[in-house]
Formats: sequence, structure tokens, C-alpha cells
Amino acid sequence: MTGGQAGFVAVLDGLTQRYGKVKALDGVTISIPADCMVGLIGPDGVGKSTLLGIIAGARQNQSGSAIVLGGDIADASHRSSVCPRIAYMPQGLGKNLYPDLSVRENIEFFGRLFGQSRDERNWRIAELLDSTGLAPFEDRPAKKLSGGMRQKLGLCCSLIHDPDLLILDEPTTGVDPLSRRQFWELIDRIRSRRLGMSVIVATAYMEEAERFDWLAAMNGGKVLATGSPAELRDGTGAITIEEAFIALLPEELRNGSRSLQIPPLRIFDNEPIITARDLTCRFGDFTAVDRVNFTIERGEIFGFLGSNGCGKTTTMKMLTGLLSPSAGEALLFGKVLDANDISSRYRVGYMSQSFSLYTELTVRQNLDLHARIFHLPTQKAAQRIAELVGQFGLEDYLDQRTLDLPLGIRQRLSLAIAIVHEPEILILDEPTSGVDPLARDRFWEALIDLSRNQGVTIFVSTHFMNEAERCDRVSLMDSGRVLATGRPAELTRARGAATLEEAFIGYLETASGPRASTIQEFAKPRVLLDQVRSTKPDHPVFSLQRLLAYTIREALELLRDPIRLGFSLLGTTFLMLVFGFGVSTDVNNLSFAVLDRDQSHESRAYLEELRGSTYFVEKAPLSTYDELDKRLKSADISAAIEIPPNFGVDIKRGRPVWVSALIDGAMPFRAETIRGYLQGMHQLYLRDPAVKTTQPAVSPPATIETRFKYNQDFDSIYAMVPSTMSLMLALFPAILMALAIVREKELGSITNLYVTPVTRLEFLIGKQLPYIAVAMANFTLMLLMALFVFQIPLKGSFPALLLGVLVYVTTMTGYGMLISAFTKTQIAALFGTAILTVLPATQFAGMMTPVSSLAGGAQIIGRGFPMTYFVPISVGTFTKGLGFADLGVDLLALIVFVPVLTSFSILLLRKQER
Amino acid sequence: MRKAANIYWLGVKELRSFMHDFVLLGLVVYSFSLAVTLQARSNSQELHNASIAIVDEDQSELSRRIAHAFFPPLFQSPKQIAEQDIIPAMNAGKFTFVLDIPPNFEEYVLAGHQPVLQINVDATAMVQAGLGSGYAQQIIGTEISDFVSHAEGTGPSPVNLDVRIAFNPNLTTAWFTSVMAIINDITMLAIILAGAAVVREREHGTMDHLLVMPLTPFEIAMSKVWANGLVIAVAVGLSLYLVLRLILGIPVAGSIPLFMVGVVIYLFFATAIGIFLGTVARSMPQLGLLYMLVFLPMNMLSGSNTPLESMPPWLAKFMQISPSTHFVAFAQAILYRGAGLDVVWPQFLAVAAIGALFFGLAIQRFRSVVVQAT
Repeated sequence: MTGGQAGFVAVLDGLTQRYGKVKALDGVTISIPADCMVGLIGPDGVGKSTLLGIIAGARQNQSGSAIVLGGDIADASHRSSVCPRIAYMPQGLGKNLYPDLSVRENIEFFGRLFGQSRDERNWRIAELLDSTGLAPFEDRPAKKLSGGMRQKLGLCCSLIHDPDLLILDEPTTGVDPLSRRQFWELIDRIRSRRLGMSVIVATAYMEEAERFDWLAAMNGGKVLATGSPAELRDGTGAITIEEAFIALLPEELRNGSRSLQIPPLRIFDNEPIITARDLTCRFGDFTAVDRVNFTIERGEIFGFLGSNGCGKTTTMKMLTGLLSPSAGEALLFGKVLDANDISSRYRVGYMSQSFSLYTELTVRQNLDLHARIFHLPTQKAAQRIAELVGQFGLEDYLDQRTLDLPLGIRQRLSLAIAIVHEPEILILDEPTSGVDPLARDRFWEALIDLSRNQGVTIFVSTHFMNEAERCDRVSLMDSGRVLATGRPAELTRARGAATLEEAFIGYLETASGPRASTIQEFAKPRVLLDQVRSTKPDHPVFSLQRLLAYTIREALELLRDPIRLGFSLLGTTFLMLVFGFGVSTDVNNLSFAVLDRDQSHESRAYLEELRGSTYFVEKAPLSTYDELDKRLKSADISAAIEIPPNFGVDIKRGRPVWVSALIDGAMPFRAETIRGYLQGMHQLYLRDPAVKTTQPAVSPPATIETRFKYNQDFDSIYAMVPSTMSLMLALFPAILMALAIVREKELGSITNLYVTPVTRLEFLIGKQLPYIAVAMANFTLMLLMALFVFQIPLKGSFPALLLGVLVYVTTMTGYGMLISAFTKTQIAALFGTAILTVLPATQFAGMMTPVSSLAGGAQIIGRGFPMTYFVPISVGTFTKGLGFADLGVDLLALIVFVPVLTSFSILLLRKQER
Repeated sequence: MRKAANIYWLGVKELRSFMHDFVLLGLVVYSFSLAVTLQARSNSQELHNASIAIVDEDQSELSRRIAHAFFPPLFQSPKQIAEQDIIPAMNAGKFTFVLDIPPNFEEYVLAGHQPVLQINVDATAMVQAGLGSGYAQQIIGTEISDFVSHAEGTGPSPVNLDVRIAFNPNLTTAWFTSVMAIINDITMLAIILAGAAVVREREHGTMDHLLVMPLTPFEIAMSKVWANGLVIAVAVGLSLYLVLRLILGIPVAGSIPLFMVGVVIYLFFATAIGIFLGTVARSMPQLGLLYMLVFLPMNMLSGSNTPLESMPPWLAKFMQISPSTHFVAFAQAILYRGAGLDVVWPQFLAVAAIGALFFGLAIQRFRSVVVQAT
């Protein structure tokens, strides 16, 4: 480390980040001390995550400088040299974890990314699992862990490479208080063992801030104050950090700040408004809600307190009729809830957990839409909206898109929308998570007003203790069960605890018994820092192990999603079957009808040739021109043959006669083919010695012999089956691959690419390999079908075909990779891949028409599409009996695609978030 | 009345959301403009620029005349190659057609020995091989008989065949490919737009929100049908007038309003099945795969690419279940053959009925969406 920064883990100078109109960071200049526990405090959306992202190297800094661990983090070479020393756990429960992988597989994945040998991984994983108490759950998929366990797993994954700097972004948000407490104890013990490790934590729980050594309070992208908790409190004369924080806020923001007064509950009529009786909900063998009972009276504010995934949301969904209970019943207004009863919905307002407004609409449009859905009369609606806008202070935002609003405002809008129809019951699912303390207080003022002054019954869930304390009664929930119900003060007293939080922890410990004691001391305290250091591996520019880490992970995920795997394997075989039989350029079964205005022996002789043909099917004869016209129009017949009157007589007299044929030209290709057939048959007729004319038959001067090569019968199935194979191997690998990358972007695990030593090349190829394997399995199935179902022999070189397929599916997955490198959402990737592959593959890649015969832009697109070079290989090996010697050029062309597509993808894929 | 208002306002919301999604908007515009002109101008359904070579072992006046008879745009100018090159050149796919004119061809023709001229056709180039061999036969036949008649003079044939093509006399393939491109786009885009709209609501958690309001699944689904259908219908209308008529200069014979009625009925089906798929799939990758399995056969086997008659009868019957087949049928009837409602009503009815079936299924599945979401 350079001398100037000694003692500081990160020195930030004038960091400013702008996203659209929003300034996420506004000239942040702080030096973060090393070797201690640093807390970034402040509500959501003030720039904490952005700041942590920059320090971790996951985000690009737009201006200003960030010196982290002795070097500029904007410098790619510094980043790659220090990233093995940093661990970053992004916000959101287990966001960088892989839900389908087990606990052990998740940790192993990270171990591989940091180049650890199997032995090293094993002892590290054993130690981490023991110390976090996750050992008994080693094989459980991450998605089935509770919030607290998921955070511990996240920590294990972060600590696997023994970082010098641990960055935790809101690690305990949404976690039950017991798990939260255990989490901090765990961090303390890790720090006591691993001396010299710096920890930077962002948190929105002000009460947690007390345990940190050094704090930076943030608001509006700015750092308000820094120092130890004591310094902050003393500096503002506050008793708690929360009060200190409010005191630090600028004057105009503090205006709304006043302590919340809750008038006592007036008992209206003791009428139970909401009743749950043994309410139970099961998903398969998992019981999300287990025999929950409660009664809520009119005007009451009833709270549900518990961690993420404890069943709060499921219970609420059952009360709104979104889910039907597996057992037990829910009563609203004394009647059993009927999900199909529209009228009761007018009496209930619901605010779901995820922010659920239409973010593309403006505030006014959102309010309008909901007023209309509840059918408020126009006058009333305008009045009600005006009232709500005033009450919730939304005047300034009316015509802004909801997307651009700060979270607190959005939350107020959500509430306004939930009560636009003046419901009697309000069901609110974690309405205030992620909202700053001030906005939360204002929100609660509104709730209290609704309850106390308007008699609205409010059922609210939260994981904030201080909010639970404001409720008339609360139920403490854990793992689908209600542990206790009562007034917050009573519950606290009953446990003999000082605070509701302690009481809750007490109830949790009683309920789960041994679970509380699963955290053990480190089994191997002897592992010293220096020893760990000495075993630290190099981090080479390219590492097969890191690449394979992604391959193994992707393959496991794919294997755990049998639907996706099944669809991709059986889907292609199904389509192959359908297309192999169905897509054909053979034109036969053509319907025709005859308007025979002669009805002579000669006319019948002429038609004989046509009637004997296997290409044509004759329909009922025509009698008039009108009928001819109508039947041609309705596609009843594709061709009409008209024999003129006196046909026979004229022939006998040696007068030239004219037969006319009218062909349906709606499909030009078919019409051309019919014309060809008719002319061919006419020639046959002329040469037929049975045809008696007065003139001697003219023998043609030469015979023109058409020899169809490779396919003597000119049966399109021989070309179509290998072509269909090419088509399937174009579409499916591309679409699977495209979604695989963009999915990581959408779900957040792309962060692992940003902050671990894995390179973009390793990431892309690692993820590509399993899909190449799936495509090869696909190919095997289709090959077997071609050979045994369609009975098409493989005449040429199998090794040439195999190599061709291998290179081809590599290019097609590369094509999907390229599309997903620049799309941001799965929908866009799906839409884009479909549109950008289906058209070239079906039309411009030589499946029906050789690319050289295409015109204009179509040919250019065809030449730039890998399938163009694979169709000759596939068709050539199957029907032409070709081998390497003949297919070299096409193979080479395909091979060229691989590095080109991969380099473009690497260029488009970012190693850092903007 | 209340239902209608709900459906209207939810649909307006849907349109506003769509207009903000620039990627989707861009891809829709591309599909109905550039993609249509590319296909219309691709000549993929006709004999165009076919590669041809001639092995001229005769080197006579007649063999030279035959060689000169092949010229663009149907054929590329023929390349002269040696006999031993026929197989390697065709293996490499260099030429779709190779004519082999044997030694003393002209001499034997004039002597009435009926010599044999070979046309080797690469049968793996399906469209070109079929059409091209017919053309080549005709061109060579005409050239030889002209040559012979100059030499001796022959009378007219006793029986002649006059072939005329109805509805598209010059067999301009752009007429066909452009309209079929639009039809394929409708299937491709309407399904995914509606499906994505359902998934989007689910991802953003707004589906829960809708289902607790006094709205029925019918109203929610219907609003998606009309809003997404409208987007595509407008795109189709613009594409017909701007791209087909103005840019490509294709005369549309039939009634465009009647065709648009058919498009609207078909869009009802396409959006309904899209919504249905959106409720069946549990994740985006699953929707993607399901979508491929549904729309690919619907497009490839509808008769818009290859003739319906060439399918095995069981498959052709089965494809009658797919409204895309009826859509192609009535589109061809209306736009090319100028058919009226009296001709196409059975197809309209079939599409509407199948649409109603999927719409019903989608509504049935709506509530289970919430269960999946948790």
C-alpha cells in the first residue's frame, strides 16, 4: 500500500454518479478507515449501494476517483489484481447465489472461481459450514433456505477466498431478528479470528449502526457526517442514531419530522372484520402457512411481524382471495371469502409487497385508472383524486412517470391508490420496506388517520420492530406459524423482555429450540492468516478452472430444470418429425377440374394423360365459366382445363386445336410447378402413338434427359430432413443461450462476473459449453430419427458431419450469446432472438433456395448467417455422400464465425456495471 | 357497460406500457417494414439467378446457341466446364444445373438420330431444381426446334396447350412472399407480445394487484387481446399501404377492409393463445421454448412457405386445427383472388372458434398464475 493511504481501505474523492436525471452520488469525498467495521447508514435510494458497488469494482465510476486497497479501482489491471482480496455481497437476499444449486454447490462454485484446489475447497467449506451452522443443510437448494440462512450462505460464499475487504450491502434487511443477531455475532467472530479484515456494511436499520466502529451517514447522494456512533450522537445531541440521522438531514427535509401520536383505539362494535380459522396453505410438500388463527376488529391496526418467507405474504394472499387455502377458512365481514365474489372486492384495498404500480404511467394516469376500475362516478372520482393528492402531498408529481419517483413518494401513491375507493379493509404487505424513517412516519400518520378517524381496518405486515410497536395488536410469525398474538406491550411483558425485538427473539428461541444453538465456534482457530496467505493461488489471465466453474454451475442448473431440458430435447425431435414430413416442396395432390365442352372420344383421350398422373387429383367436372371462376377463387381447385367445342372433329380434320388451362396463381411457386407438369403431360400426349391425328406424329429432334442427382426420385424429404436438422440446431441453441446470459443480468448473479477474477471470455465460454452439449444431444436424437424414422441413409462422412455440427452449434450458441450481450431483459432477448434468427434461418440460409440465388439484402443477410454454411454440410453428407475434402470451405467459414461472434460478445458484455 | 369500461381502460394502460418499451416497438417496426421488403425482394420462391454450367463436347453452332439461351435473371450466364469436373463441382454445390451436350450433337439432330442431351440437376436445391429443370427443358427444346425448323421447316402442332395463370399473370413472387411475410409476422409477434404482457405483469407483481380489484379474468384477458391486437393490426394496415403498395408497388386485387376484418379475427386467436402460453410457462426461458414449439409449426406448415397439398394427408388434416392455415387460405383468397365474404366466411368462423377456445382456456388458468408466482 502506498504511504499516503495507510490506514485507509478506500479513499474516495468527488465521486458523482448520474443515472438519467437522478444523481445517485453527488461529490462524495470520504476516506474509509481500514481494519474496522464501517457502516454506511441512510434510507434506501440515497446512493449507498452505488457507492459500495464502486468500491467493490462492480460499478464504473463516472467522475471522481476511488482508491481502493492502494490503487485506482477504475484501472482494470488494479481491479483484477485486487479483486481476489475483496468480497462483495450485493443487496437482496442471496442475490448473487444460484437458487437451484445446493448450499455446498454454491460455495464450491465460488471456490473454483478463486482457483482453489479440491482439498483447499473442502476444508474451507467444512469450516465455513460448521461455523455458520449450515452444515446440516449442505445439500439443500438455496431457494429452500430461510432468509437468515440464505444470508449466511451468502457470507460463506464471500468468505471462501479469505478477503481483506468484505463489503456487505444491507445484509440483514428482511431477516428475522434472531437470525440478524446471529449474523452480526458471526461477523464479529470472523473479524476476531481474521485480524486485519476490513468490513464495510450498508444498512437501513439505524439500530444496527450502534455496533459499527465508524459510520458515514448518507442522504441524497451526499455524505452528511462521518465518525464513530458516539461522535455522531454527541455532535447532534441525539440519544439514538436514528434521531441523530434525522437531525443531520437538511432543514427542509426535517420539517415533516415530529413524533408520532397514536390516539387510542375506539371500539366501534366489536364486530370481527377479518377472521382466520386454522388457515393453512401448502405448496406441494412445503407448508407455507400452518394453522393460523386470528380475529381483527373494525378500526384495528393489526400487525404481522416476521422474516421474509415466513408466510406473511401467503396469508395475506389468502385473505385477498388470490390464493385459496389448502385447509381452514378466511372470513371477511363475517362471511367466508369467495374468490369469485366481485362485490366484496369493492370493500377491500390491497397493497402488495413488490411495488405494483404501472411504472410507465404517470401519477395521474395511475390514479385515474384505478378510480375507473372501481367505477367511481366522474364527479366523485375527480373529487376523490384531488382529495388524495392533497392528503398525500402528490401535487408536484402528478404528471411525472411513476418510474422516476423516489421510493417514498411511490409508496404514498400506492397507498393512495389502495384507498381510492374508500375500502373498509386495508391489507398492506410490507408497505414501508426500503422507505426512509421520515417517509415511514408520514405513511404511518396516514394509516393512523384511516384507522382512528375513518374506521378502516388495517392489516399490515412488516419486519420493522418500531412499526410493529405502533400496531394495536401484532402476531409474531415464523416458518408459517403464529408464535404469539397480542398487544406489543403485553407480549414484551409476557416474555419479561425489554423490547419487542428481544421478546420476539425469545419466542423464536422457544419455538425453534436447537436451531438457536447451531452456531458454533470456529473448529479450527489455529488457521492463521499467514498460513492462509501462503496457500493463496495465482490468478492467471486465463484459467480453465474458472471457466469450468461456470460450466458446472450452468449444467447443474439446466439439469435441475427438467422442463427446460425436456422441452429443448423433445421439442426439437417433435418439430423435426413435423417438419420432416410437413415441409416439402414436392407439389402433388393437386386438384383440377375439367370444363369439357366437346365430350368426345378425343377429348377424353387428351385428358387421359392428366387423369393417370399421380400429381393430380380430379374434382367434379365444371359446367360453366362462372363455376370455374368461383371454384378457383375458393381454392377448391388449383387448375382448370378447358377443352373447346369441336375438339375431336378439328383434330380429325387436321385443324390445329387449342386446349386452355387456367392455373391459380396465388402461390407462384405452386403455379409454376403446375404449369411445368401440364406442359410435360402435353408433350407426352403428343408423342403417344395412340393419338390419332391426320398429321404424322412429329418425333422430336433430340431427347432431353433430366437427371436428378443425389435424389433420383426428386423426393424433397431427402433434402428436407437434413435442412430441418440445420434449422433446429440454429433456433434452439441460440434461444437457450440468449436467455441464459440475460437471465443472470435480470436476477442479479451477473455481479459475480463483475467482482470475481473470472474473465468475460471464461464466463461466456463456460456458460456456452453446457448448451453445446445439449445441442449435441439434440443432434444425436435427430440423427437417429433421420436414420430410422425417415430412413434417410447417411451417405457421406460421419466425422465430417460431426465436426460440422460441433462447430455449427458453437456458432449458433455464440449468436445467441451476442444477442443477449446487448439486451437487458429476458423478454427483449427472447423477442430479439426469435425475430433475428427465425427469418434468416427459414428464408435466407439456403433451406429452400440456394443463397446464391437470393437477391439483394436477403443474400447479404444469408451470407452473414452461420446456417448458410452448415446446410451444405448437412445436406452434403446425407445425400451427396461428401467428406472433408468437399466441405472444407464451408467448415472453414463456420470456424471463422466462432472467434468473431465471441469477440463481439466480449466487447458488448461489460465487466462492470455502469 | 362496466365490463366494457374496465376492458377499455385496462387496454389503454396496456398500450401506454407498450409504447414505452422501445426494444419491442423497434422489433415490431422492423418486422413489418424491412423484414417484409427483404423477403419480397429475395426471389426465394422463384427461379432466379440459378447457377448453371455447360459441358460442350460438340462445339457446334447448335451447342453455342443453347448456351446463349440461358441468361439472367432466371439463370446466371453458363460457365463452360470439362466433363470430369461435373461431379466435383456439383458436390461442392457450385452449380445447380449442368448441361452435358454430347459430341456430334448437332450432326445427329439434323440427321434425325435423336441424340440425348443431359441436364444434371442438384436435387437438394429443392425450389430451384424443380422449377429450373422445367425451364431448362423448355429453353433447350425451343432452341433445338427453332434450329431444326430453320433447317427444314415444320408445320404447327396439331394440338396445342395454352396455359394462363389467374390472379397473378406474370407470377410475380413478391406478391406472394410479401403478404406471406406479413402473415408470418402476425403469428410470430402477436403471440409473443400477448404472452410477454402476461409475464411482465407477473414479474412486476401487478397481476396480483389486478386480481384483487373488481375485475374478472375475462376483462383482464380481453383488455390484453384488444390492446396487443390493435398494435399489430395498425402495423399490418400500415405495412399493407406503405410497404406493399408504396414501396414494393404491389397491386392488391382484393378488398383490404375485408382482409383486415380477417386479420382482427386472427389476432383474437393469436393473442388468446399468447395469453394462454403466458399463464402456462413458469419462467421466461420456458415461455421462449413453448413459444417456439407453437409458432414454428404454425408458420412453417400453414401453407405460407410450401404448398399445403404436399404434406402427408394426416398432417394436412391436423393442420386444419391451426388457425394459421385458415388465415393463409383466406388471405390468399381475399387478396389475390378477390374473394368476398361469401367465400371466406367458413374460415373466419373456424379461426374465431379456435380463438374462443384458447381464450376460454387462458381465463381458466388465470388464477393459477398467482399460485405459481409465490
